[in-house]
Amino acid sequence: MTPPPSASPASPATATTPAAARPAAAAGAGWFDRRGWRDVIIAAPYLWLVVFFLVPFLIVIAMSFATRTPTAPPFGFGGENPILNLQGYRRLFTDDLYIRAFLTSLLNAAVATLLCLLVGYPMALALTRVSPSRRNILLMLVVLPFWTSFLLRVYAWMGLMGTNSWFNRLLTDIWNFLVPADMALRYVPMMNTNFAVVLVMVYTYLPFMILPLYASLERLDPTLDEAAMDLGSRPAQVFRDITLPQSVPGIIAGGLLVFIPAAGELVIPTLVGNAGQPMIGRVIADEFASARDWPMASTVAVALLFLMVFPMMAYTHFQARSEERRKDAP
Amino acid sequence: MRATAAEGPAGTAATPAPADVLVRIEDVTKRFGSFTAVSGVSLDIRRGEIFGLLGGSGCGKTTLLRMLAGFEEPSAGRILLDGQDMAGVPPYARPIHMMFQSYALFPHMTVERNIGYGLKHERMTEAQRRDRVREMLDLVQLAPFAGRKPHQISGGQRQRVALARALARQPKLLLLDEPLAALDKKLREATQFELMNIQARTGVTFVVVTHDQDEAMTLSDRIAVMDKGRVMQVGSPTEIYEYPTSRFTAGFIGMATFFEGRVQGVDGPSLRIDLPETGTVIEARAAAGLAAGQAVTVALRPEKIAISRDRPAAANAVEGTVQDLGYFGKDSLYRIRLATGKLVLVHAVNARRTGADGRVADWEDRVWLSFDPEAAIVLAE
Ligand SMILES: Nc1ncnc2c1ncn2[C@@H]1O[C@H](COP(=O)(O)OP(=O)(O)OP(=O)(O)O)[C@@H](O)[C@H]1O
Ligand SMILES: [Mg+2]
Repeated sequence: MTPPPSASPASPATATTPAAARPAAAAGAGWFDRRGWRDVIIAAPYLWLVVFFLVPFLIVIAMSFATRTPTAPPFGFGGENPILNLQGYRRLFTDDLYIRAFLTSLLNAAVATLLCLLVGYPMALALTRVSPSRRNILLMLVVLPFWTSFLLRVYAWMGLMGTNSWFNRLLTDIWNFLVPADMALRYVPMMNTNFAVVLVMVYTYLPFMILPLYASLERLDPTLDEAAMDLGSRPAQVFRDITLPQSVPGIIAGGLLVFIPAAGELVIPTLVGNAGQPMIGRVIADEFASARDWPMASTVAVALLFLMVFPMMAYTHFQARSEERRKDAP
Repeated sequence: MRATAAEGPAGTAATPAPADVLVRIEDVTKRFGSFTAVSGVSLDIRRGEIFGLLGGSGCGKTTLLRMLAGFEEPSAGRILLDGQDMAGVPPYARPIHMMFQSYALFPHMTVERNIGYGLKHERMTEAQRRDRVREMLDLVQLAPFAGRKPHQISGGQRQRVALARALARQPKLLLLDEPLAALDKKLREATQFELMNIQARTGVTFVVVTHDQDEAMTLSDRIAVMDKGRVMQVGSPTEIYEYPTSRFTAGFIGMATFFEGRVQGVDGPSLRIDLPETGTVIEARAAAGLAAGQAVTVALRPEKIAISRDRPAAANAVEGTVQDLGYFGKDSLYRIRLATGKLVLVHAVNARRTGADGRVADWEDRVWLSFDPEAAIVLAE
């Protein structure tokens, strides 16, 4: 409730409002309290979302029901199924190109997410255990790769993984030293494999795992660890019983931040992946650009979005619940 | 300063039989870098007692507790539990549990699972474990809340969960760091007695840290008063209050007015002490060891001084004027200015209903102060 701008300080409405909690009201920020302005300011981000997300998305959905035409733009409504052409959706479930692409994407993204978690968790935990000054330096190092162009970094990996690189030769020598002569290799086949895709995705998305994990681990009360240890738990048990369960929101947040973009990733599989096993982002791009089948591309994009909406909704639900819990706590 | 209390109850000074001592702290020092948080502390904690650790903020109480729990290793000295040196024994291997000041309840576990957490490490069947949790829930009267999470119960209930969790494994020693500090005043008073009750029923030895002197006096069988990392005095609440051995203890526990003086004559336990600040020579009693000419500090508790309008027939009497008074209904606290300008605190019960609100004296009244020779606390410099 906001007191009307004309309310005197002695009026019951202002008297019951803690002064510290509403300094704006006391300072006479009346223009903001006047209904119209407040609504406009609150509406701005929603307006942004409507114009730049909801409307384009609706266009994409509409396009997924359209029919491919040789016109420009290359789609239209009419012909056999004037409004609801469901051919695209049928192809989605019958043509195994799409099914395989979805499976490849989900598998690559899942493996990358898991590896990010396994690598990122110890790093995030270590960040919470070092002195504050060291912590800031290390946090900066985590985000430092963002200061260089993403493409440049992927090209660097391509150089490293290529058959003639010192890195590949080093791995080849180690391999040949370890295995019997009949298994010797001329080089380690890394480029154009799912291994390369996962490796570069882990490298690229690791900060997106570390930062939310760090945020959730940093909030934990270290005396809880001491309490568990005091009650007889060894350090490994303390981690399992106290630290890990409380960091689940961070794991989910980091997992989604890695999994969702990884599943739709286009650039990395295009540059280092196996062209014979395309990921879904590549399929969408190909349908739009080379095949000029905009309705089919839209269909795949809509399907991908719905596939990603469910984990996102689960996350939002979880977030709301833990937020509620934090508010209840003293 | 040295103890010179006259009639300190005999026997308490004697070292207890080794079997009675559960924890022996021997000359323990803890340094953080160049800062000494705990300095040369020696204490014996007896089996089954409530031992209070009392002292101002930052005097090293928590540090001492953390050394007992095993979270910090002493820089020097030893801690013996049942005669066994605890050096190098990690916290999880010590039969010592701690109730944290913030309670440190596990937010993702129910009350029941919080209480049962330590029992995972006991060799017992699932049924025994459940019985034990039930028993603890009954002990702290929280059975109806067993299924709630810590954020769904009140502050007082959380405190009891923390207590039940720390007691569930039947530790030899329970450490309580400011167990009542987070509760409001009324709840704190009720909880003090509950804590004593539970201690009596379980028989577990408690070490209770507090900076509240009333709480320490009510709860403890014995108290250690700490200042700047050192133990100033150990004794029963009565000993600490009536026979403080240092100016710090006398001033920290209860109120007192201090006078600088010099011993004029010794006659057995009787002393004559010249107190220039009162303008008189007083009679006092003190243990042997004081010689004529020695400088001493005399402390007087406000309630040990009688106030009257006429000169009393007491051994020690001084005249003064009422500078200030606080009326509390059942009693009043006076600040009396002596002829020398020294201010003396005097506490008097308002026994009658006549006069100005039943007070003995009013502002600017001339009054006489008197006290028994036994009432003067004599502290050797
Ligand atoms: N880990 C540490 N590193 C450096 N100094 C410390 C550390 N722990 C405690 N100290 C210092 O040791 C002193 C004693 O601290 P301690 O926590 O034992 O005080 P306390 O008596 O419990 O005080 P309070 O009543 O405020 O809780 C303080 O001056 C504190 O700053
Ligand atoms: Mg403390």
